Amino acid sequence: MTDAATGELIVHGAEWTTKQLFVYPNEFIYWSIQIVMYPYMTGLVAGAFVLSSLYHVFGQKDLKDMARFSLVFSLCLLPVAMMPLQFHLQQPLRGVNVMFTPHFTSAIAAFGFVFSAYAVIVISEVWFEYRQYFIEQSIALKGKKSTNETLLRWFYYTLALGSRDLSEKAIAVDKKAVTILAAIGIPVACFLHGYAGFIFGSVKANALWMSPLMPVIFIMSAVVSGIALCMLTYIIIMQWKKFQAVLAKGMGDESVVVIEGVQMDVLSKATRYLLGFLIAAITLELLDLIFRGYTAMKSWDILREVMFKADFFKIFILQYGLGNLIPFLLLVVPKQQTIKKLTIALVLLLFGVFMMRWNVVIGGQAFSLSFAGYMHYTLPIIPHSMETYKEGLFGALTVVATPYLLFWIVSKFVPSIRYS
Amino acid sequence: MKSHVFRPIVVVIIAFVLLVVARQLMVPKDFGVHGESFTFGYHRLSNIDEWKNYKTKYRGKEYCRECHEEKVEENLASPHNVLECENCHGPAVDHPEDPETLPIETSRLLCQRCHAFLPYPQSNRALMPAIEPESHNPGMNCVECHNPHHPNLEDM
Amino acid sequence: MSCSRRDLLKNTLKGAAVASLPLSALKVLSPAEVKATIGDSDTRWVFLVDIQKCVGCGFCVKACKIENDVPYDVGVTRTWVERYVVTKDGNTNIDTPLGGRDGYNSDMIHGEHIDPDTITKAFFVPKLCNHCKKPACVQVCPVGATYQTKEGCVLVDRKWCIGCGYCIMACPFGARFFHPTLKVAEKCTFCYHRISKGLKTACVQACPFGARQIGNLKDEKDPVSQTIMTKRVGILKDEYGTQPQVYYIGLDERVR
Repeated sequence: MTDAATGELIVHGAEWTTKQLFVYPNEFIYWSIQIVMYPYMTGLVAGAFVLSSLYHVFGQKDLKDMARFSLVFSLCLLPVAMMPLQFHLQQPLRGVNVMFTPHFTSAIAAFGFVFSAYAVIVISEVWFEYRQYFIEQSIALKGKKSTNETLLRWFYYTLALGSRDLSEKAIAVDKKAVTILAAIGIPVACFLHGYAGFIFGSVKANALWMSPLMPVIFIMSAVVSGIALCMLTYIIIMQWKKFQAVLAKGMGDESVVVIEGVQMDVLSKATRYLLGFLIAAITLELLDLIFRGYTAMKSWDILREVMFKADFFKIFILQYGLGNLIPFLLLVVPKQQTIKKLTIALVLLLFGVFMMRWNVVIGGQAFSLSFAGYMHYTLPIIPHSMETYKEGLFGALTVVATPYLLFWIVSKFVPSIRYS
Repeated sequence: MKSHVFRPIVVVIIAFVLLVVARQLMVPKDFGVHGESFTFGYHRLSNIDEWKNYKTKYRGKEYCRECHEEKVEENLASPHNVLECENCHGPAVDHPEDPETLPIETSRLLCQRCHAFLPYPQSNRALMPAIEPESHNPGMNCVECHNPHHPNLEDM
Repeated sequence: MSCSRRDLLKNTLKGAAVASLPLSALKVLSPAEVKATIGDSDTRWVFLVDIQKCVGCGFCVKACKIENDVPYDVGVTRTWVERYVVTKDGNTNIDTPLGGRDGYNSDMIHGEHIDPDTITKAFFVPKLCNHCKKPACVQVCPVGATYQTKEGCVLVDRKWCIGCGYCIMACPFGARFFHPTLKVAEKCTFCYHRISKGLKTACVQACPFGARQIGNLKDEKDPVSQTIMTKRVGILKDEYGTQPQVYYIGLDERVR
């Protein structure tokens, strides 16, 4: 495609790649911000789902309030895991070919199927969870005359897939189905994400990516980011509700205290799980790093250059320091946990996992396949073409914003937060 | 037993059937492994012919000889006989129909591809008759003095 | 024993995989397609590069770009020529401006003049797709849009490629790129349209010094295959296990 403004040919990747020393002529940073977003977003999906399943499957009663919310939120994250790939593909309209002629020796080929299977599980689980609610709504709207209400009634009726059974037996079946689906969902969610790690870990041409630990590292950090995001969103929503309660009933009202109490209780329980996965993730990452240094294969020279010089700030300061160590201390050390500290820790954790994805995806392309040169990535900020939008800051922000937009829409029909 | 559990299952089955139908319609009939391995040979068979039918642009010296025999003989007798006509004259494609004339590259840079001196002992480059581009009549095109069809210095 | 347990397991798995594919209704294997193509083709295209003979003129790159309609003024290219200049201090200076399209006419490397007296060895290395026997790029294509032909050429189906870039990432040689106008994965085809008509590849034909040659490894009388059989030849990056089929005479350990 030629750039309309300059008439110059655009080589994909040339916009944001700067080469240094000897780099093969065809090498560019082909996998850019959207491929950072892809494992990040699937990680959030998987993490959110695992969190909701902890309640349904393992009966972690303390997570009850979190469970419904994170289930609905993982539903909203679903299409978003797909979005970065669509943004990234050079032929987005052909993306469906992955479902048509899957070449299963490719780690990407199964994506369509694993993802669809996972989508089916999440959607069905939401359906069983809310079937009763859908039917109740459509019954409640019966006999109302306005067009809006009739439409809404039909909408709920369709959402219930025409089912009207509200007997105790049927509701018991719903509960059982939710438990079963949540149980199946955990391995599928882990697989979905572990397999995103496999996509990278199996690229033998890339010295940084190729590691059997990659899938496991990806799952652990995915769960960390998923739980952190759910907790954070939960905090924001609860604070909003508290704020509304304060506005309506005044500061000292009982409901405000109730909200605060419930919130802190739920969060401190979720924190324990978060810490467990965080420790696992960091341990594995460090193991990988130490192993590479100790075995010092051919690629170590250039990897060391990239890790300890060019990307030192991004890896050791931003990712491990700011994104892992500080939130870890914030979560562990103070006995008296506050919402403020927790929020800071969660934001930093999300940032840390994002930086981990960045350092893997972009860092893996920071050196040439020749091991004799470097490539530097500059994120396109102001888009001046479709490509710089899709694979730039605003493309990434679109991806980040979408689940919240979806959640806002879904919440109009499906209540996911209760605090009674 | 009629249970509401079947309702979502039916929806999933319908979606799956739709996918299979879409696949039947969209995937070319010649997609397959065609006796090769699934790992390395899974492809659309007609693509092979598409590549075979790709347009050839460089036709080679023998094609040039069909009309320009004299010139080709001249070239073959000179030290430049290792060069293809099209290296300097550009690809013939369907000349003389399309294009009717070939643009000859006469730039100094074209000759420097081989004749700019480079001190590289492990390459035959070091053996090439060579000039120092910076001191050897800078700014002039080589063809102003040298005839590329008779590059020998005696024939200048 | 010719059939090891591993082979047996491999074949069983292969069989199981192939057998289960039609069941999945997502892969249709018509028996007619499988028919005559089974059995070895009598051609295996291979490439031979003589590093000593290359003078770095870049006519091969120019011809390749024009022959295969790869936009001329961009850095990406199906074939390229690298320059290696090793100096007494042990440094290897490598460059390939525009893939060597315009040849090399100056001793400047990355903007630095290299004193001829400090050079211990210096040479040019033409590169192109290795058309590996076990191409990693083909293995990772999620949709079957790149494949190996019976003659060993690795091609891209421009009508089916989704442009994910996984093949580009999987190639250890940097042979692949996105075509700037077609927006699909692009690579050297060994000029499939030419060699299947009995012509030489555009780069081989354009090379004045015979530094590049293409031949049929399955034809014992083929000069290229005789050289490969009887002379000391090397290949690039064999540690990746892709079994490259571009052979080099006079390869150096410095070559990346």
